[in-house]
Amino acid sequence: MNKSTNSISEFHPDHHGYYGMFGGAFIPEMLYRNVEELRTQYLQHMNDASFQKDFQDLLRDFVGRPTPLFYAKRLSEKYGTQIWLKREDLCHTGAHKVNNTVGQILMAERLGKKRIIAETGAGQHGVATATVCALKGLECIVYMGEKDMQRQAPNVARMRMMGAKVVPATSGSKTLKDATNEAIRDWINHPEDTHYIIGSVVGPHPYPDMVARFQSVISEEIKWQLKDATGNEEPTHVIACVGGGSNAAGAFYHFLESVSVELIAVEAAGEGVDSGKSAATTALGTPGILHGSKSLLMQTADGQVVEPHSISAGLDYPGIGPLHAHLHTSKRGKYLHATDEEALEAASELSRTEGIIPALETAHAFAVLKKMQWKPSDRVVICLSGRGDKDLATYMEKLK
Amino acid sequence: MNRLENLFQNKSKRVLNMYCTAGFPELNSTLEVMRSLQRHGADLIELGMPYSDPLADGPVIQESSAKAIANGMTIQVLFEQLKNFRNEISLPVILMGYMNPVLQYGFEKFCADAAACGIDGLILPDLPEYEYEKFYAPILKQNNLSFTFLITPETSAERIQKFDALSSGFLYAVSSSATTGSQQNNDGVEAYLKRLQSMKLNNPALVGFGIKDKASFNRACTYTNGAIIGTAYIQALNQGKSIDETTHVFITSITNNQYLF
Repeated sequence: MNKSTNSISEFHPDHHGYYGMFGGAFIPEMLYRNVEELRTQYLQHMNDASFQKDFQDLLRDFVGRPTPLFYAKRLSEKYGTQIWLKREDLCHTGAHKVNNTVGQILMAERLGKKRIIAETGAGQHGVATATVCALKGLECIVYMGEKDMQRQAPNVARMRMMGAKVVPATSGSKTLKDATNEAIRDWINHPEDTHYIIGSVVGPHPYPDMVARFQSVISEEIKWQLKDATGNEEPTHVIACVGGGSNAAGAFYHFLESVSVELIAVEAAGEGVDSGKSAATTALGTPGILHGSKSLLMQTADGQVVEPHSISAGLDYPGIGPLHAHLHTSKRGKYLHATDEEALEAASELSRTEGIIPALETAHAFAVLKKMQWKPSDRVVICLSGRGDKDLATYMEKLK
Repeated sequence: MNRLENLFQNKSKRVLNMYCTAGFPELNSTLEVMRSLQRHGADLIELGMPYSDPLADGPVIQESSAKAIANGMTIQVLFEQLKNFRNEISLPVILMGYMNPVLQYGFEKFCADAAACGIDGLILPDLPEYEYEKFYAPILKQNNLSFTFLITPETSAERIQKFDALSSGFLYAVSSSATTGSQQNNDGVEAYLKRLQSMKLNNPALVGFGIKDKASFNRACTYTNGAIIGTAYIQALNQGKSIDETTHVFITSITNNQYLF
């Protein structure tokens, strides 16, 4: 097999973007030139010293990295173990999403693109994209499901304040899947000047790999921060929530080959896995193709994509990145799920125990603390992917 | 030789390929639409298999697909509808759709069942040539099904030559990089079609996306073997008048010189 990267393992994609049986680039010819341009150039640019300098400088001075690894004392006592929180909620814009958009805006500049498009679910990726476009003075169009524009209104306002145009996606379930469809159609219609900043480890190759690499700074920092704190760079468990799976990919990245580190991904079960209103793709999905790659997909027996449900707009997606589909089927990762109700309880618990209000998405990761047996010697790292300001309206309504 | 190859052997100019969505406007109107298309002068029928997330399609075909799915259309239902269609339809018929529903049906079974019904070829826009060559080409060949690749103004000459070698039946020249039903920049389209014409390809080429009336049909036919009309016809069917009368008026407006303006 022809390999194009230098750090290949079974958890990194091959030349055609496959992680095991998942991945690839199932795109119409109209997208070929742009995707091929990216595929043949992304590693070269990312490995370039001047790119790395620009990227690291922005991560430090604009995003505010490194983000702290915070020992959650009261939460640790409650669960009888040692829990560290990777504070991605302290990134500029309030979530990990900006790690990727900073990288991709530098990529877009080097590809000579003048117009940026993005999809967004909770609005965090949209805000992070609008932010870097304002920073670089580039036109920004964000597609967002009409339903999500209502439930994440503060983020819509933030995007607009930074000069982005927010376009409602009105087809299907009017959520993240439909916003992604519209962004892809926009790219088809603007083949020459546009770069599509995908917000998760989904889409055609090379997006899943490129986004995972930009987010891998999360686990890179966890390693040295945990070593500073404990003398050991490896946690026993890393926990992260998964919609498409970008914060989980970043938090897992440098531990993929360390088999003693248990990787725990938490999907949104919505009103319950068997309720018909769920977004737990690994529990409900079968192999299929959506948004340009083969992965696990919630679909009918006839191959029509099922409309998912989650209280959190960022996890309300019927697919999952191909890396995660591979980690799940190869059993390298443990894929769990938490319901809307469990996520709300976990959000309340973290707020009152540690003084941190998490995003609804992030709250799903904390909900599994109750579902597992912990030992005092365990070193558990939870990726606190985003802050909860955007979800206050939901919290106020549901946590009366 | 299948019906598609036969068609292009007998007609190399002004070939009219009409697109319709299976199960639209009614679940059981598929055959009625096909009969009307044959009766009123289409040369080729491209039957769309509806998908929930049709990335290459604009709003009109998206909506017809959503309606067809709501009507109950599936690949299985479609093959039941098509079981005996060769008793009355002699035009070549190709199926257009997206990979996911075909994969769920089973690619080999899909090809075998399509061929058994009398289908002549496939268009699967999100099946790239790498996957096609590696996994799927032998299955199509085995079932004597043609496969049509899309080319766009951005497709390099080298890739066009490759698609020409891999395609059978015809090449689908997307008139601009766009989703179906988009507006066109006419000058750019002409330059691109002239370039295609000068390449002397083995396969005939039909122009699609943005062909909606006599003028755009004629322009496409100047440089290629014909054109594909979908969105404008679906819009006509959306008016809710009789399928046969709608189809008659529509095709006449495209092909009949007597009523020119």
